[in-house]
Amino acid sequence: MSTTWATRRKTRIDDLSAGRSLTSEAFRRLRRDPVALTGATIVGVFVVIAALAPLIAPHGAAEAFPALQENLRPGSIPGPQDGFPLGGDQLGRDFYSRMLLASQQTLLVGVLATVIGLIVGIVIGTLAGAFGGWVDTVLMRVTDVLLAVPSLLLAISVAALAASPSQTTVIIAVAVVGVPIFARLLRGSMLSQRDSDHVIAATALGVKRPAVVLRHMLPNAIGPVIVQATLTLATAILDAAALSFLGLGDADPGRAEWGLMLAQAQSYLDVRPALAFYPAIAIIVVALGFTLLGESLREALDPKGSR
Amino acid sequence: MTPLLEVDDLRVAFRRRGEPDTVAVDGVSFDVAPGQVIGLVGESGCGKSVTAMAIMRLLPARGVRVTGSVQLDGVDLLGLSESQMRERRGKDLSMVFQDPLSSLNPVIPIGLQVTEVLARHRGMAKEPARKAAADLLERVGIPDPRRRLGSYPHQLSGGMRQRALIAIALACRPRLLIADEPTTALDVTIQAQILELLRELVRETGAALIMITHDLGVVAGLCETVNVLYGGRIVERAQRHRLFGTPRHPYTHGLLRSIPRLDAPSGEELVAIRGSVVDNLPWEHACAFAPRCPRAVDLCTGTTPLAETSGGRLLRCHNPVPASAE
Repeated sequence: MSTTWATRRKTRIDDLSAGRSLTSEAFRRLRRDPVALTGATIVGVFVVIAALAPLIAPHGAAEAFPALQENLRPGSIPGPQDGFPLGGDQLGRDFYSRMLLASQQTLLVGVLATVIGLIVGIVIGTLAGAFGGWVDTVLMRVTDVLLAVPSLLLAISVAALAASPSQTTVIIAVAVVGVPIFARLLRGSMLSQRDSDHVIAATALGVKRPAVVLRHMLPNAIGPVIVQATLTLATAILDAAALSFLGLGDADPGRAEWGLMLAQAQSYLDVRPALAFYPAIAIIVVALGFTLLGESLREALDPKGSR
Repeated sequence: MTPLLEVDDLRVAFRRRGEPDTVAVDGVSFDVAPGQVIGLVGESGCGKSVTAMAIMRLLPARGVRVTGSVQLDGVDLLGLSESQMRERRGKDLSMVFQDPLSSLNPVIPIGLQVTEVLARHRGMAKEPARKAAADLLERVGIPDPRRRLGSYPHQLSGGMRQRALIAIALACRPRLLIADEPTTALDVTIQAQILELLRELVRETGAALIMITHDLGVVAGLCETVNVLYGGRIVERAQRHRLFGTPRHPYTHGLLRSIPRLDAPSGEELVAIRGSVVDNLPWEHACAFAPRCPRAVDLCTGTTPLAETSGGRLLRCHNPVPASAE
């Protein structure tokens, strides 16, 4: 027993002197958290499916099959059968392939929208928090206005500005929704950094203003924003699906998208509820996965909680 | 010797809308010669830290009015532009803060925080700067300095952190170092080591040191000249041995009598100064210490100038403690 204790003790000391950062400490906490593991598993499986979708999907998203079309009647859509594990959809396409391929669109739109929103939000938040004064006032009043509009309504308004709906408009619309959240969050934590001892100490050493902001303030302020980004991924996926559902999404019939699939399945709810059920479950599970991961990330990075 | 730093009639007022200004520092003047160690002593709120922040020009620009002059080598720091001041901070004058943990950036390694200053003021390249940083850490007594360059602040002990902060502050060999309560957050044993280190480094580099503290013990071991602050003004200034031997101002006298001493007869009670600090400073109408002063006389309700007495001692009192009292 004493040897185990000694080895464990030794490794801990080695860990310490090797320079373990706050980030690696957070990862250590995450690995022991069942909620985080559940979230990470869902997200992981989703990402793998999305990445491999073109390879594992047996058919194309727009491909219609005579075998399925022949059995299409008003009041009957063919169910699972040989070669089509989930059956066909209302146009005689392979439902299983469409479900898989749609995950790709969801991941793409969700990640791109969040990243774009994050970048713009970080720029705005940094400017406002670092400069203060009128720059801060102007940027934050605009942010306030954006925050006052319900997020989905804002996304719909932005998407509706475009002449014709497309994937790009969805990404931009969802990104715009994220910007004010990131900007305000970052601005707040930048402000608290501005008066912190180590920033004053860096200033007292003559460190240049841009270096103070980018090296001393931003890295210490950005934690909550990164956590918010994982949570925003979930809402971005939901918002993107909602836009498609409302007909403001990608109109390209060659691409499958869960929100759009859900919208089109409405007319066939009594005939074949599975057409609505699967996309809905997929959206919920993926959003839940990102939320679980984000929440536990927030807890793990919170310096006050030590587990 | 010509002074390195001349602070003349420094006044710092915090302004609040709809209320009279809060005067934190009210006409403080002192000189520091190269290589000299002086002390600014006083209790919380006496204006000692604000004085330091004003010299470093670290007070916020808005809502604070700083007047008077702070001349470093004949150049008025208060008249410099912000970018000119940035050139001087860390290079000509530098500061060590009270809390070593919060004064270090938690997300970047110690080494980078040292090399950053070297790169900034000496334009050193990455490798030479790393080597210089390791030498600096070694000089301030951090063991295994090469490896410590990669350590984060939370991985060092309190004493190590303060050593690292001192290394950073002295990296570019500033001629003036301001230490604002550098030992307050440390254990007594570590305090002694840090003070010893500061003393050595100051002697080695020939820098002048302004020691700001509320701890008279720190002052007794380190400073040649001691300024006692009360309510934003200097109430007594004297050479260390004179101040501790024969404190003349009733405040200094009271402070020294309230400290337990090893050589005091056993059973002797410590004498506390009655009352507590009054927030708004009534210097214009009377001596700010008068309400708490056991020796207050009628004259104390008038203005009380800082006057020179014997042996270069400055004293702001109408009825000082007689020189033979102790």
